[in-house]
Amino acid sequence: MKTVSTMPTARRWLFWSGVALLCAWVLLPIYLVALGAFGGRMAVFRWPKSLWPGDASLAAMQTFLAVEGVTRAFTNSLIAAGLTVLFSVLLGAPAGYALARDQFKGATAYRLLVLLTRAFPLAILALPLTVSFIRVGLYDTPLGVALIHTVLALPFAALVTQSLFMGIPREYEEAAWVFGCTRWQAFRKVVLPLAVPGLAATAIFAFVISWNEVFAASILTVRERTLTAYLLAVLSESPLHYRFAGGLLLIVPSVAFIFAVRKYLFAVWGVGSK
Amino acid sequence: MADIVIDRVTKTFGAHQALQEISLTVADGEFVALLGPSGCGKTTLLRIIAGLETETGGAIMIGGRRMNGLPPRERGLAMVFQNYAVFPHMTVAENVGFGLAMQKQPQAVIDRQVRKAAGLLHIEPYLDRYPGKLSGGQRQRVAVARALAVEPAVLLMDEPLSNLDALLRLEMRTELKAVLREAGTTTIYVTHDQTEAMGLADRIAVMYGGKVDQVGTPLEIYARPQTRFVGSFIGNPPMNFIKCDAVDGVVTLGALQLASPIGNGAIELGLRGEDAHIASPQVEAVPFDVRVVEPMGSHVLLTGSIMGQQVRIVAPPTADVKPQSQVGLTIDPARLTWIDPATSRAIR
Repeated sequence: MKTVSTMPTARRWLFWSGVALLCAWVLLPIYLVALGAFGGRMAVFRWPKSLWPGDASLAAMQTFLAVEGVTRAFTNSLIAAGLTVLFSVLLGAPAGYALARDQFKGATAYRLLVLLTRAFPLAILALPLTVSFIRVGLYDTPLGVALIHTVLALPFAALVTQSLFMGIPREYEEAAWVFGCTRWQAFRKVVLPLAVPGLAATAIFAFVISWNEVFAASILTVRERTLTAYLLAVLSESPLHYRFAGGLLLIVPSVAFIFAVRKYLFAVWGVGSK
Repeated sequence: MADIVIDRVTKTFGAHQALQEISLTVADGEFVALLGPSGCGKTTLLRIIAGLETETGGAIMIGGRRMNGLPPRERGLAMVFQNYAVFPHMTVAENVGFGLAMQKQPQAVIDRQVRKAAGLLHIEPYLDRYPGKLSGGQRQRVAVARALAVEPAVLLMDEPLSNLDALLRLEMRTELKAVLREAGTTTIYVTHDQTEAMGLADRIAVMYGGKVDQVGTPLEIYARPQTRFVGSFIGNPPMNFIKCDAVDGVVTLGALQLASPIGNGAIELGLRGEDAHIASPQVEAVPFDVRVVEPMGSHVLLTGSIMGQQVRIVAPPTADVKPQSQVGLTIDPARLTWIDPATSRAIR
């Protein structure tokens, strides 16, 4: 923090107000949602709103969580998002690696094709898939939802990891080969540790895509709803403070997940510096 | 014993022939520099020896073992890369010990070797640091230490000094020479910098257009170039080439008559800038029209023309020559190179 202390006063003031503004930009809406969730039935309608949670209680949240299906939906969402992360990284990263390192016929076409999967509206994908999913027994399972979410996340996973691997000089791998590594060892010992921040970003991206997706999840499930699909179906008929509780429940895991992998996001080893 | 035999190695990239039948032998413990302009195939040849590139034809033998098709890790060599390729997520000690760790050596051996290599390259104070905290020169030392720590039979270096600034390059060059002499490793060193090649190598292979033009000691290559390219690429200023005509075995330059290796016809005379001397007025000499005089401190560089053809001459720093004047030059016939203009090769 030496740089901050040596800044002139005006610049320091500008710096910190910028920090405060950015924090407020992200945290204030979350705080207001939390206020609605914990403030109880009356606080939601009170006007003018108090920013201080005078009568905060866990009551609303507890009742909401006790409602049948909420925990189930929450678990389903976690499973679907977790599987989406797993599939996207495990399938996307090798594709990205191949695109970055190997020159093969049709690489450009392949790159375009990967993106073209996103050209199909989800509605066109989801409805026929419902039929097939019923046939193979994937309908109404978190795995089925995870599969279609992987379709959504995979193109980005492949393209993001491609640029990620392109940023790791080939010489690192070649040096590893010369000093005794097989191709796989070189990848595991040299490329992978350097790729972790980028892979963490890819994972976050896949997680958020899956966690927030409503449409496909609503169509492909009936009882085994994901949280978004469940809330969409239920909340329109719920009291306002329950809606806030649901909203908060949607926000918290994403934030928690990003918080959990932040260490890897910022673990930059100075790859770019020569 | 780790001599290297490169036997008629060729390499094509699509329609482009990068290497045309290269043959070269490097003796055990010898230091050979591959010298040439960019795109001459020197790095490709080095990468083929390392196993990072696959040859189109020919054979590579190291210590009598055929290397074709073997992956880099089974060739018993180490390499220093142009941009260092020091692993940024490992400490300096881990980097230097990487090859030994991959060989599953006991930790005590690794520690000893790392300390030894680090001592040679003067990087002991940084062993616990990450490369991101090191300067370019220090990273270069780490890369060399990593290569020496495995005590390789063969050491390959790909323009290892080209990313350093001029002063650091000079310092590292001197140090490399001392360190490698001590290690006695068979070394192939790729560079486009003639001073590096001349200063470091036992022998130099000058490459041009995917071929080896000449192999020889630095002095041989400098004094007796076998092609016009070698003469013009090596030396600063480069060798001068003067187009002449031989008549009855004699080439006439002004008042000077030189015995020509061919009887009649066109021939080119290769002349090193420092092999011509300013003559005292009464001697029969070659007329040299001086156009520009550049005092360089250690010498004076004269640019002008002989028989209308541009020539650069190196004169002693005390030489008193005015621009736009004419002086006479004497030439030692024994130090001349005669080039056949049709083949661009030297006539011996």
